[in-house]
Amino acid sequence: MDSELTIEKFKEEFKSDILEIRVKNQKRMIITVNPDSIVNVAEYLYRIAGFRFIIASALHTKRGFEIHYHFSKDISGLILNVHVVLDRSNPQIASLSNMFNASNWIEREMHELLGINFLNHPNQEKLISEGNWAEGVYPLRKEFK
Amino acid sequence: MSKKTLIPIGPYHPLQEEPELFKLYCDGEIVKDIKWETGYNHRGIEKLSESKTYEQIFFLVERICGICSNSHPFAFANAVEEIADIEITNRAKYIRSIIGELERLHSHLLWVGLAGHFLGYNTVFMWAWKYREPVLDLFEMISGNRNSYAMFRVGGVRRDIEAIKIPAIHKVLDDIKKKTDLLTGAIMDDPVIHARTKGVGILTKQDIIDYGAVGPTARASGVAIDVRKDDPYAAYPLVNWKVITAESGDVFAKAEVRLLEMYESISIIEQCLDGLNKEKEGDITIKVKEIPEGIGNGRAEAPRGEVFHFVQSDGSSSPVRHKIRAPSYVNIATFKKSCIGQTIADATISLAAVDPCYCCTERMAVAYDINSGERIMNANELINESAKKTNEIKNTFNSQI
Amino acid sequence: MGFKNYCFKKSLWVFHFGGASCNNCDIEILDCLTPRHDLERFGILLVGSIRHADVLLVNGSINTRDKERLIEVYNQAPKPILVVAIGACGCTGGYFTESYTFAGPVDKIIPVNAYVPGCPPKPEAIIAGIIKLVQNS
Ligand code: SF4
Repeated sequence: MDSELTIEKFKEEFKSDILEIRVKNQKRMIITVNPDSIVNVAEYLYRIAGFRFIIASALHTKRGFEIHYHFSKDISGLILNVHVVLDRSNPQIASLSNMFNASNWIEREMHELLGINFLNHPNQEKLISEGNWAEGVYPLRKEFK
Repeated sequence: MSKKTLIPIGPYHPLQEEPELFKLYCDGEIVKDIKWETGYNHRGIEKLSESKTYEQIFFLVERICGICSNSHPFAFANAVEEIADIEITNRAKYIRSIIGELERLHSHLLWVGLAGHFLGYNTVFMWAWKYREPVLDLFEMISGNRNSYAMFRVGGVRRDIEAIKIPAIHKVLDDIKKKTDLLTGAIMDDPVIHARTKGVGILTKQDIIDYGAVGPTARASGVAIDVRKDDPYAAYPLVNWKVITAESGDVFAKAEVRLLEMYESISIIEQCLDGLNKEKEGDITIKVKEIPEGIGNGRAEAPRGEVFHFVQSDGSSSPVRHKIRAPSYVNIATFKKSCIGQTIADATISLAAVDPCYCCTERMAVAYDINSGERIMNANELINESAKKTNEIKNTFNSQI
Repeated sequence: MGFKNYCFKKSLWVFHFGGASCNNCDIEILDCLTPRHDLERFGILLVGSIRHADVLLVNGSINTRDKERLIEVYNQAPKPILVVAIGACGCTGGYFTESYTFAGPVDKIIPVNAYVPGCPPKPEAIIAGIIKLVQNS
């Protein structure tokens, strides 16, 4: 089917960068990739494969900081989660906002909520924290023993 | 550089449902730049959600936004049911869709009213809000509350729509259809509205793709995305309906899409009501023992576009992470494209055309201090400006006749 | 008749402050003005500036950032002013009390004259609240 084709092509394109593929069903997939390749992956999905960027979700887990970039292929109803795991002590990743505007706000938000640094972001200003919590406080970070 | 005028839209406009403020930087009549701040409505919902159980979260996500207080639970239910691999009963599916479409009706009516107000047609505003009331009455009849219906739960819905209530719903729908005809006629054929909205606030296909805009905003620019069709959920695959699109991407197209969508909603509800008759009464929920470990991406089509919920569960009674993306979050950003280059009089309606919902996104800013030398115009004056333009156009039309 | 009563004898002009609310209360307040309930027949008018207002309606939970604005609005209000907290959020903070941005219910920030509980309160309840307030003040 369409989704299988998409994934085959994706595999060919990014052989060395894919760390794990989890296929839940025809409409939901999670692909873990190497953080360094995120710009290329996003570029491929957005420009060539015709995906739409929905949003990104960042979370703090024992493994470090994880980000799921959610991409949607509207024709087939496929949601592809591009998953990256970032270093715990110095979380940073390249920004996608130079490619599409859709990720501009969410990257700023992740920066404020979890302190993930987005390299080359056009404008990493405060979005929601102004007056609400101080700089350097990251409300969504957790404590792990 | 010529002196720019800073115009704050807002902060507290009497007929605006929410306080919001955009700073429009203007040169003469033309808007040169637009800025906004957020954070006024940050309530930390995503964090709160991690401390609540799945059943409790439905009440929380319902309170993200009052107008679409059903679409967030809808998306959340889809996400959680995806994790637990639950297939709900057909009756529950129909009820979910009925609630969702009733909500679309009242939300679009609300928008028509506000848009009318922004153009200086206060009669439209009063009418549209009057016609909206019967829908709220239906909600009160079905769920017990006019808004925030608390209808959803994991594995089904909380309340049934019994056969005895169905005739009342049919009656209201018939009424609304007539009223929609009236509103559509008033808007589609009015040369003044054409003059005010056609070619105003245009978003091209490329803008939509770039900003990732969704819902009627995208569909008015010819991007036919609708989660109900693309990634069907609840009863949408069981009934017949079509996605409404328009090509021009201006304010008029957005109004057109919304008005025509109301007819689709009415037809969906009617088909769902017929479907309900075939299912056994009371068969509305299935037992769910626990939510296993996993990841769920749930989405639903709210009146304003795609709502997206990401839920990660570790098998306990509350999620590890719950990310919420409301449609306005991506739609509001398109103001940069639709407003710049417009005149001030057109800015309000361009802003309103997206049907922004700030509580979904975060509350916008309130600015008080404006550097000296800059002229200030408040929201009232801005609306007046818009109404003035409508009147001028009206007069020209009248003098031609 | 005291000075305060004299002030509130005629048409009341209300100003609406929405904190970090979910919009439902806002919409229901607006709903009071539309034909079904039509508050304007009692001379109650929603105004765009706090400087014209007799009544300040506050709804929604107040987050740290709204707090300053609320105080500012209250200070700008002509006194005497009646403050009404609308909705569960306005009265207590509602569901958002445990949030990290919550800055306290309205009555911890400015003096409140009346509470209209509900989530959201029906337009009838809002009207009843204002009427009771006027009768008792
Ligand atoms: S009281 Fe309820 S309806 Fe009102 S703002 Fe709070 S959550 Fe929304």
